Amino acid sequence: MPTPLTRTLVVNGEDRTVTVADDGEQLLYVLRNQLDQRGPRFGCGVAQCGACTVLVDGEIRRSCVTPLRTVPEGASVATLDGLDANGAHPLQRAFIEQQAAQCAFCVNGIIMGAAGWLEQRNESGETAAPSDEEIAAFLSGEVGESTFNYLCRCGAHVRMIRAIRQAAEELLS
Amino acid sequence: MTTNELTRRGFLTGVGSLAVAFTLGPAVLDQQAAQAVAAGRRPGVRIDETPADDSLAWLVLTPAGVTIHSGKVELGTGVQTALTQIVVEELHLPTGRVGYVQGDTQVTPDQGTTAGSKTIQNGGPELRRAAATAFQALLDLAAEWFGVSRDRLVASDGVISVAGTRRRVTYEQLLANADLVLVADRDAPLASPDDYRIVGQSEPRVELPDKVTARFRYVHDVRVPGMLHGRVIRPAGRNARFQAIDPGSLDRARAIPGFVTVVQRDNFVGVVADTEWAAIQAANPSTGIEVTWEDGQPLVAQESLPEALRDPANHYRTVEVVGVGDVDEALPAASIQVEASYFTPFQMHAAMGPSCAVADVRSQPDRETGVRATVWSSTQNVYNLRDSVASLLGLPSGSVRVIYEEGAGCYGHNGADDVAGDAALLSEAAGRPVRVQWSRQDEHGWEPLGPAMAHDLRGGVTNGEVVAWEHITSTPTHVSRPNANPGTLIAGALTGTLPSPLPNSSGNTGTRNGPVNYTFPNRRVIGKLVRSFETTGETSGTPAAPLRYRFMRSTALRSLGGFSNSFANESFLDELAAASGADPLELRLRSLDDPRAIAVVEALSEVWAARPSGGDGAGAGIAFQRYEAEFAYVAAYAEVTVDADSGAIRVPRVVVAHDCGLIINPDGLRNQIEGNVIQGIGRTLKEEVHFDARGVTSVVWEQNQFNPTPQYPVLRFSEVPDIEITLIDRPHEPAWGSGEPAIGCVPGAIGNAVFAATGVRIRTLPMTPARVLDALA
Ligand code: FES
Ligand code: FES
Repeated sequence: MPTPLTRTLVVNGEDRTVTVADDGEQLLYVLRNQLDQRGPRFGCGVAQCGACTVLVDGEIRRSCVTPLRTVPEGASVATLDGLDANGAHPLQRAFIEQQAAQCAFCVNGIIMGAAGWLEQRNESGETAAPSDEEIAAFLSGEVGESTFNYLCRCGAHVRMIRAIRQAAEELLS
Repeated sequence: MTTNELTRRGFLTGVGSLAVAFTLGPAVLDQQAAQAVAAGRRPGVRIDETPADDSLAWLVLTPAGVTIHSGKVELGTGVQTALTQIVVEELHLPTGRVGYVQGDTQVTPDQGTTAGSKTIQNGGPELRRAAATAFQALLDLAAEWFGVSRDRLVASDGVISVAGTRRRVTYEQLLANADLVLVADRDAPLASPDDYRIVGQSEPRVELPDKVTARFRYVHDVRVPGMLHGRVIRPAGRNARFQAIDPGSLDRARAIPGFVTVVQRDNFVGVVADTEWAAIQAANPSTGIEVTWEDGQPLVAQESLPEALRDPANHYRTVEVVGVGDVDEALPAASIQVEASYFTPFQMHAAMGPSCAVADVRSQPDRETGVRATVWSSTQNVYNLRDSVASLLGLPSGSVRVIYEEGAGCYGHNGADDVAGDAALLSEAAGRPVRVQWSRQDEHGWEPLGPAMAHDLRGGVTNGEVVAWEHITSTPTHVSRPNANPGTLIAGALTGTLPSPLPNSSGNTGTRNGPVNYTFPNRRVIGKLVRSFETTGETSGTPAAPLRYRFMRSTALRSLGGFSNSFANESFLDELAAASGADPLELRLRSLDDPRAIAVVEALSEVWAARPSGGDGAGAGIAFQRYEAEFAYVAAYAEVTVDADSGAIRVPRVVVAHDCGLIINPDGLRNQIEGNVIQGIGRTLKEEVHFDARGVTSVVWEQNQFNPTPQYPVLRFSEVPDIEITLIDRPHEPAWGSGEPAIGCVPGAIGNAVFAATGVRIRTLPMTPARVLDALA
């Protein structure tokens, strides 16, 4: 029998308490169906596309393979919905300026993944903006420990790389 | 007044006249709010499709704003922005002041399927005429307002003034006193391209701000009151038959908190639950129901596809698509004769988001509208889906309403319609609205595929000129979109209705871009139509009962046969160039007589002249095609490197020259071309549907320990080339679409580049490392 679970999470800075009937329910469904988040999207459910990406305590996580029971009580969860509701975050503005999308279904993952990555670079004392090659390598799961690949089926890659570089430069300046 | 047919019957009440305020950007309309707005009579001007009382409107102008009613839908390609530019231009309005209602069988005129790069080409002129008609009405109203003749009026940014005076009136003022219903006038005067202010500008995508802030509502985000969640459980094979649901597993499913019901009709099985997670658990054989299936007839094996497609026993029809001159006489007489065969496997749309729909099937029709079933879907054609869902449910078409909600980019006919059928059956059974979202494995495993294609070419060259050319294409159908036959949906076929007969021709489908635009004096193009399933006779395309597939269900994937036909044509032309010692670009120029075709090829001359010399693992190739042999002109140049040890091909650089007539939005056009190039490289180098005797085995993106057999990968960020694009604008020519013209040039250019780099020609897609190593050995 599934084990029920109640958790309080800090979602985009706000305390939210949820109860699930099965503590194995993936964070993605909790966010989308109980916490009204639209940013995290279901793409594959097997950690292969990035559509569901959120930040849990600042870590890049694939919420489609993150059972709620593995998310600590009081953990902070950041989603695209809370990045900046007015679209004022440098990544959001850069994606608009570069028109870096077609259907944009992948954009949640790519923006949230990039947000987490740029923040980690910043914390590790990296002072230079990443090159296009580094950005492409990050999005292909070829940087550091992470093997997370980010897909875009529409082919807006070139623009997205440009947008992330633009945002990274702005975040550093 | 203008000479338009004019009625003064006032605005119909109902959803036909919803509007969005002038000052609002195009927002995602909440249906209920929209209907509330619509309920009252209001002043304004409405442009209808036909004079009939029940005509739908193209355009509604009220003092509160202008709303476009588009039957063409935004598939993620930017047509909402481009169509809005076209309308705003004719209305002499600034941008960002127009609402956009799309794809709703109660509201938007039937503009056919949003596909085939035809939205700008065909949908654009329809909306443009409606806008031009509205503008003429506004001029009439202003002439009356001022008491002057129309020729003294000038319009700009929603204001009409009397030339040389300070007298001005806003559209809002005019519309507050108007009550007109007009029919779109084919002859309404149009703005001159020389005066365009907004058409031709890189207007930013109107819906992108909502998409980067997670405010945008995709079909996956639709929630309606009382909604349940459904999941489907597909047969264990394309031809498998339902046997039983294991009783123990049914008890287990019933114990899942939130479980509602299991629905089984013939081979259709689905579960419904209160929550999405419960539905997923109930559909999972290890936590929910376990279904046993009886194996059916095996599919033709993947390894034998090239032979099977060419096997006459699998052909129900042969069509000659092109017959110019006399190939049989010219070919044997040519001084150089070449033959080659090419192959492309089954490929898939592989949308980033799986198919999803919500259906609300009631036991009683709505008292006001008569609607009994409402479906929210990312279909490319709300009207066709309405008809198929209606017959699936045994309802008249008029009692089904289909409302478009954007999904992930689809690139053709994918599972969007099928999942709507699933949702309709589950909602009917549950008596509540049901949302169904396919799993990734459902999507990869069951979406209708782009079919495999086999090509046999023969050609002859004499004195440097191609004198004979023959191309035989063998392929299953490229068109099986929904229609009033419920068997065109998976849910209909699984519940026992046969699909529609296979088409009688391969005209602009399987043999799309089979015909070349080169002036070879003797040419023949033949289509061999392959039966997807057992049919009622050797020459029949009508399915025989029970349905038994030989080849998996196939349909329209971006550019249909054009991708593979152009791959074969452009590779083979290079083979003729190589055999006769001609320069590939020169040979193309010599074989073209259309100045616009010549212009796109010549646009590559410089980069071609500076290409890598080839032969050392690096090389370049070119390809040309006219989309459907009669629309956009595209030439592409690709550079590759081939690693002789691993067999890996990389494409570091692609250059495209593109002429699709009048350019509506240059940046949107570039975005489309980039997408064509990137998806085209993926399809050339990586993408192949793998299957066994039962069905698809490549059900996720990447092969790994959990999915040990080959899967369906697409291009990664680290594999994307630099893309340079030359746009040739033709402001006085018709605007053609750009959603798929460029993709057809990609495989040929890459194959030709691989030949230049290695001296080896790869005639089978995808050009995987294993195939490259084989060819190099
Ligand atoms: S949905 Fe989580 S990685 Fe694809
Ligand atoms: S923009 Fe459509 S998947 Fe990336």
